[in-house]
Amino acid sequence: MTAPAIEAVDVSRTYQLDGVSVPALRGVSLAVAPGDYVALVGPSGSGKSTLMHLLGGLDRPTAGRLSIGGRDVTSLSAAELATLRNETIGFVFQAFHLLPRTSAVDNVALPLVYRGISARQRRDRAAAMLGRVGLGHRLDHRPNQLSGGEQQRVAIARALVTDPAVLLADEPTGNLDTATGATVLELLERLNAESGVALVLVTHDNDVAARARRRIAMRDGIVVADSAGERHDRPVRDAGGPPDTLVPAPSAESRSASGSGPGRPSGGTGGAAGATGRRGVDEP
Amino acid sequence: MRLAEAWRVALDALRANRLRSALTMLGVIIGVASVVILVAIGTGTKQKVEQQVEGLGSNLLLVVPGRLDVGSAPALSPLTLDDVDVVARVVGDPDRVAVTVASGATVRAGSRSDFSTVQGVLETTPSVFTRELSRGRYLTGSDVDTSRRVAVLGASVARALFPDRDPVGQQVTVSGVRFRVIGVFAPLGQSLGVDRDDEVHVPVTAAQRLYGTQRIDGIAVKAPDRERIEELGDRIVRELGRRHPGTEFSAVTQKQILGVLGDILGILTGVLAAIAGISLLVGGVGVSNIMLVSVRERTREIGLRKAVGARPRDIGVQFLLEAVLLTSIGGLTGMALGVGTALAVAAVSPVPAAVTWWSLALAFGVSAGVGIVFGVVPAQRAGRLDPVVALRSE
Repeated sequence: MTAPAIEAVDVSRTYQLDGVSVPALRGVSLAVAPGDYVALVGPSGSGKSTLMHLLGGLDRPTAGRLSIGGRDVTSLSAAELATLRNETIGFVFQAFHLLPRTSAVDNVALPLVYRGISARQRRDRAAAMLGRVGLGHRLDHRPNQLSGGEQQRVAIARALVTDPAVLLADEPTGNLDTATGATVLELLERLNAESGVALVLVTHDNDVAARARRRIAMRDGIVVADSAGERHDRPVRDAGGPPDTLVPAPSAESRSASGSGPGRPSGGTGGAAGATGRRGVDEP
Repeated sequence: MRLAEAWRVALDALRANRLRSALTMLGVIIGVASVVILVAIGTGTKQKVEQQVEGLGSNLLLVVPGRLDVGSAPALSPLTLDDVDVVARVVGDPDRVAVTVASGATVRAGSRSDFSTVQGVLETTPSVFTRELSRGRYLTGSDVDTSRRVAVLGASVARALFPDRDPVGQQVTVSGVRFRVIGVFAPLGQSLGVDRDDEVHVPVTAAQRLYGTQRIDGIAVKAPDRERIEELGDRIVRELGRRHPGTEFSAVTQKQILGVLGDILGILTGVLAAIAGISLLVGGVGVSNIMLVSVRERTREIGLRKAVGARPRDIGVQFLLEAVLLTSIGGLTGMALGVGTALAVAAVSPVPAAVTWWSLALAFGVSAGVGIVFGVVPAQRAGRLDPVVALRSE
């Protein structure tokens, strides 16, 4: 069994707001395997963004153990964490976050700048990566000369130019129309299949989540459903929250627990359990 | 991140906000330019004064009664022409000893008159001081020996009394006594605000008779040996002290005069530079202010850079370089402006200005330093930004 790209064990994150402790994550355990395709779903305020920041090494947990690329992040300095992000993680954001007044190829090359790679090599690698996302003809266009879908593809190229182990995409289709969003999603899936980069997709769009191999549902700072548990017989943390948080999901989980175990046809393809689990995190 | 890359990023950032960058630089430009200009004027003035003092003649030793301290009243001179002979014996060459007995007097020629300094001197004056004639001849030994009433006019006096004819051979009256003009000095210009061309030289013997006195005011010696000039001064002072018990004498070298003047003018230049430095400081505060604005504006960019692997130090260096670039470009522009203005001032006005390399180096160093000092706080702030918060900012 290969070591997970990211592993969180009982991770909590509490914010201090005006002296009041606000728990955003309350003991989350999960592992992202190399090459995995995970959808992280949940309503706003469920802690999925906080979890993504932790998984991406942008933030550190207040409790629990988190390792990224085999390194325990709690002991790393801000600079070491930055280097770890550069080497292990690629980010795609809802708002693209491209540098304005900077060409597509320079935007893509940005992470390589912090690796001390020469300008020529940076350009070569960035241009090759833009070719892979279908923008080989738009190297020197600036973000304001590109459509939304093209901008997000530039951002995807930027995330992958460092050849990371994990690609974290935070609502990557959120700012795009349906057709464009679908194209971007297909691109992410193709890259996931081709290059073996693990894809973690944060989304509240059920159609998007339905396509993932594995779905993790969150609510009130905890994981309430993880379809990986069904496939690998992993213990899934039960929804300990208020009873109204999950309507059909517990039944799905209990069915899974009492069911035939391994070999259930619910795993990667989005079968019945996945569908109910998905419905479970819908807003009432 | 490589430094070259950081420079490029900083330059891009400045280019993105051209007007704001230019206005921020303006503070530094004005500060640096004023430092360069004021130091140039101070240095130029100092050089000019030094030239004039040196123009008096090299190896010069001035012997005067009393002590040459600031604030001490000039003593009434007990020196006479006999003392001059003694000094000449100490020096070993009478031609190297000049004297003066000076007084302000009205010099007339026909209906014109001029109030000038009338100096009784020996014929040795041109061999001690550097004085050139434009017309006629200087006093001779026999003029002095026979108290002949002949006069050599300074350029200003000659111009005032004889604006339209050759003064040589003409008559002038000094305090009512007639003198014949035998020569005119070449113009010297002003020194420390004194018109050095406004003087009349007559034989010391004639001057003493004119003023009804035996005294002379001071003795000037051109030392034969530059190395032993101070020793010679000591010997002269000792000898005169023996002849006039109870009176103190001073022998001042040109070097000492230059030293005192140089100190005063150096302080003046320093004060001017400090005042100009304050404006440079104000410019630096402007840079700091703009950098803080820039950090706030580009919070999202900072967040993104951090997300893709920029360490706090990378971000800090980027913003620090931006500040340094602002002040350095401002500094270079200010230097160019300062040098140009200083040269223009020197060319079109009587104010002397000399641009020195050290003032340029200092001005540039200080402006770059201002960038560092005033860029550190914004840069640290940028470096410490939490990437999560920064990415979320609008």
